[in-house]
Amino acid sequence: MSEAWREFREGAVDIAPILVAGVPIGLLWGTLAAGKGLSPLEAGLTSATVFAGSAQFVAIELWREPVPWVLLTFTVFIVNIRHILMGASLSRHIGHIGRRWHPLMMFLLVDEGWAFAERRALSQLLTASYYLGLTLPLVGVWTTASTIGAMAGRSLGDPAAYGFDFAFSAMFIGILAGFWKGPRTGAVLAASAVSAALAKLYVPGAWYIVIGGLAGVAIAALLHRDENTA
Amino acid sequence: MTLLAIFGMALATYATRAGGFYLMRGVRVEGRLKTALDALPPAILMAVIAPTILATGIAETLAAAITVGAVLLRMPLVVTILTGVVSVVLLRMVV
Repeated sequence: MSEAWREFREGAVDIAPILVAGVPIGLLWGTLAAGKGLSPLEAGLTSATVFAGSAQFVAIELWREPVPWVLLTFTVFIVNIRHILMGASLSRHIGHIGRRWHPLMMFLLVDEGWAFAERRALSQLLTASYYLGLTLPLVGVWTTASTIGAMAGRSLGDPAAYGFDFAFSAMFIGILAGFWKGPRTGAVLAASAVSAALAKLYVPGAWYIVIGGLAGVAIAALLHRDENTA
Repeated sequence: MTLLAIFGMALATYATRAGGFYLMRGVRVEGRLKTALDALPPAILMAVIAPTILATGIAETLAAAITVGAVLLRMPLVVTILTGVVSVVLLRMVV
């Protein structure tokens, strides 16, 4: 087995639990999209090209006739502004990967895949194969589940009744565990959680993600001690 | 209009994805800046779910605490997610 294929498989194995959790979330989004009048093809196209769960949920919430495409585009941009921070962080680990891979890697940048890629980079060299092993199955499963959800439409019933709406949160809690490095991580998480929850309550729109992220980063910078510099 | 909206959302998202990659290219990251950037992944993940687990209802907050319990017991990710989902369903019945 070639080295690249082995790396790809390791990525796919690491992301497998996320794929399982992603199916009901994708189905849920597809049913909501169908409810707003999107065809299965349009729902699938959205998931394949936008490929951003939280932004898609916010967008479908705002969807109406006539389609407010300027509002949708702007709102999705705000929800996804965190990608700029994520990309900035990830760019530190891909310097050795050929530049022709970069546009594709950027397109596939998504919370879950990125979290595993960052975790990998803590212990070893991040390869393009491992990254694609994480993210290609994600975009495939997400697109397929959304399309099926839109075909099934309302016949699936209310996914909240099965707790599927909470799968997203439980998944993130599980991923967060991999980033625990002691009390300072606790301080970062507390700062982020409190500011994001408050911002969600008092700041209109989807700014809470960026506000929480920056609060956590600010606390980390404040607590920084030079002897800890690796 | 639908296709225009999908195209707009896709383009806006790609802009955020590509933006960060190019923004930091060639910047040397060390010291305090490195500590700050290292804190970014957990801070962002936390911020995405904070409104759900802290400001939605008692069922969601308790289910999140139980999910953390599964993490502390070093359960595999699938078990952790299932624990959260089952907890929230049961808790919504009683609270």
